[in-house]
Amino acid sequence: MDLHKLEKGLENAIKSPIWTLVRKEMTDHIKSFRFNILMGIILLTCLGSLYTALSTIRDAASGIDDAEQWFLYLKMLTITDEKGTLYPFITFISFLGPLLGIGMGFDAINNERNKNTLIRLVSQPIPRDSIILAKFLAALSIISMFIFSLGLLVIGLGIIFMGIPPTFDEFLRIIFYLIMIIVYISFWLSLSILFSIRFNQAATSALAGMAMWLFFSIFYTIIVNLIVNASMPDQLFQTIESQQKNQELFTSFMRLSPNYLFSEITMVLLTPSFQPLGPISMEQVIGYVPTPLALSQSLTIIWPQVIGILAAGVVCFALAYLVFMRQEVRS
Amino acid sequence: MKAMIELKNVTKHYHEVKAVDQLNLKILKGEIFGLLGPNGAGKSTTIHMLLGLTEPTEGEVYVCGIHATTRPIEVKKRVGFLPDDVGFYEDMTGLENLVLTAKLNGVKEDMAKERALSLLKQVGLQDAAHKKTGQFSRGMRQRLGLADVLMKNPEVVILDEPTLGIDPKGIQEFLTMIRSLSKEQGLTVLLSSHQLHQVQQICDRVGIFVKGSLLAQGDMESLQQQLFDDDSVQYKVEVGSKDEHAIESLRNLPFVKKVGLQPDGKWLVQLKKGNQGELAKKIVEMNLDLISLEKISYGLDDIYQRYFQGGEALGSS
Repeated sequence: MDLHKLEKGLENAIKSPIWTLVRKEMTDHIKSFRFNILMGIILLTCLGSLYTALSTIRDAASGIDDAEQWFLYLKMLTITDEKGTLYPFITFISFLGPLLGIGMGFDAINNERNKNTLIRLVSQPIPRDSIILAKFLAALSIISMFIFSLGLLVIGLGIIFMGIPPTFDEFLRIIFYLIMIIVYISFWLSLSILFSIRFNQAATSALAGMAMWLFFSIFYTIIVNLIVNASMPDQLFQTIESQQKNQELFTSFMRLSPNYLFSEITMVLLTPSFQPLGPISMEQVIGYVPTPLALSQSLTIIWPQVIGILAAGVVCFALAYLVFMRQEVRS
Repeated sequence: MKAMIELKNVTKHYHEVKAVDQLNLKILKGEIFGLLGPNGAGKSTTIHMLLGLTEPTEGEVYVCGIHATTRPIEVKKRVGFLPDDVGFYEDMTGLENLVLTAKLNGVKEDMAKERALSLLKQVGLQDAAHKKTGQFSRGMRQRLGLADVLMKNPEVVILDEPTLGIDPKGIQEFLTMIRSLSKEQGLTVLLSSHQLHQVQQICDRVGIFVKGSLLAQGDMESLQQQLFDDDSVQYKVEVGSKDEHAIESLRNLPFVKKVGLQPDGKWLVQLKKGNQGELAKKIVEMNLDLISLEKISYGLDDIYQRYFQGGEALGSS
């Protein structure tokens, strides 16, 4: 009986007109200049940084016997050459990813409103929330496809250049990393959809999104540093405990920023030999044997961070939903 | 006859402003009803309430017998709505836009295409079917809008200021189209406008809507009776000489109620009913050169003027 209900529910979900909207939105995105430009930027910078990494990794790899211990593929994503001509792949992704999210969402609703298509859309027999859900899902699936093809391209390039296939562990880590990128970008996407509902002008909403992006990627660290320093006036004669407390305060403030959470995720996933997050004391280090973590352990460590980003995204989407449902749609 | 649209004591407040006040309205199946009112009278608010886009503060709204506020999706399945400035996805063709609407209404793609093409032909856009709507003119957009409304095969069509910004020839075509569609398919049409001539042309019944309430409703004749219940008839008289005495002596006639001098030099003579033949006779007897004598009947123009002025006065008092 329940199975029957489930079947019915599934059938309704598949037949739901929301998929029509999702398909239309996806077509729009793929055809749009904006997405193609963003894709071009990210593709070029990432390939550029990979090239630098690969040219360095040849020297680095020549002296190693056991590739498994070295996680060559993960290294490829995180290193750059000695001169530092280009940032590593992960830096580019965490810097440009939010831009992709903002770019895909900032005019989702206000564009429809300004072109008077929103009123026509809401007078069709579809629930109003499925309009923003469709916008979100469409952009998300486009982003996922793009990120996954980028990631697989990276693995393919690695195989061609290095001639060593990735271990299964490396492969899984990269796949999980890609999923995390998507989660991270979807936070920015839902934030920019919220702005697109709140602000009637697309330019304002884009600017608001960019402001948030700049704030979290540049200014937030500065502000947190200021706060932490101010709360510790006498810096010269600190005890170890107060230093540690200081560091803890810094970390907990920083963890309010999705950028920082994502950087922690990246660090743990792509550097298996890197273990603790946050400060540790000397007692904890005694007797510690440095071995790389298993994937499941890495995932356990980053789990709170992942949930944090997901929650931030859900909160933004919920707010967007609330604002949109209460808003008057006037022509 | 079944009431397709029914509003019962509907009131809508926007903060302190009353947009719609105690509105009662019934529109029957197959009727074309014109909601006539100046800008800001609450027409659009009323329409949005019919579609369940806005919730009334008080009262009940039923469309096709369905409660519009609590079950808006059911209503939207049956009601086609053309907003006053209809927009389309500009990088899609007219046909694609229509097919999208049909699919949102649960029509299969191939059937949607067929229906869209026949509707485009019906509204005279068959040549522009594969053109992007970004290149459409205002009139074309409006006609595409009508096709878009009809895509879902509605029982009720609501048009908000459908003739705004189209040229006169386009308006004529558009109105004829609405009228014939309504008569052929038995559609119920609610049309809002502040252009009274258009409303007069195609509507079976008209409601005059000022400051959120319906002042009068009915067909043209009953409107005239409702609004000008004084039992008088007016004539416009043009005579050769402009003689003050002549006016005086006309005024003194027993069947004349009022004589006024119009700015163009003609006289406006108001007579009591039943004495209509006498005026010409008397003028000739008075030895005036009668150039023209014209009976004035009240059109919607006068009604409109009178009521909208009334509305203004009500608003300012």
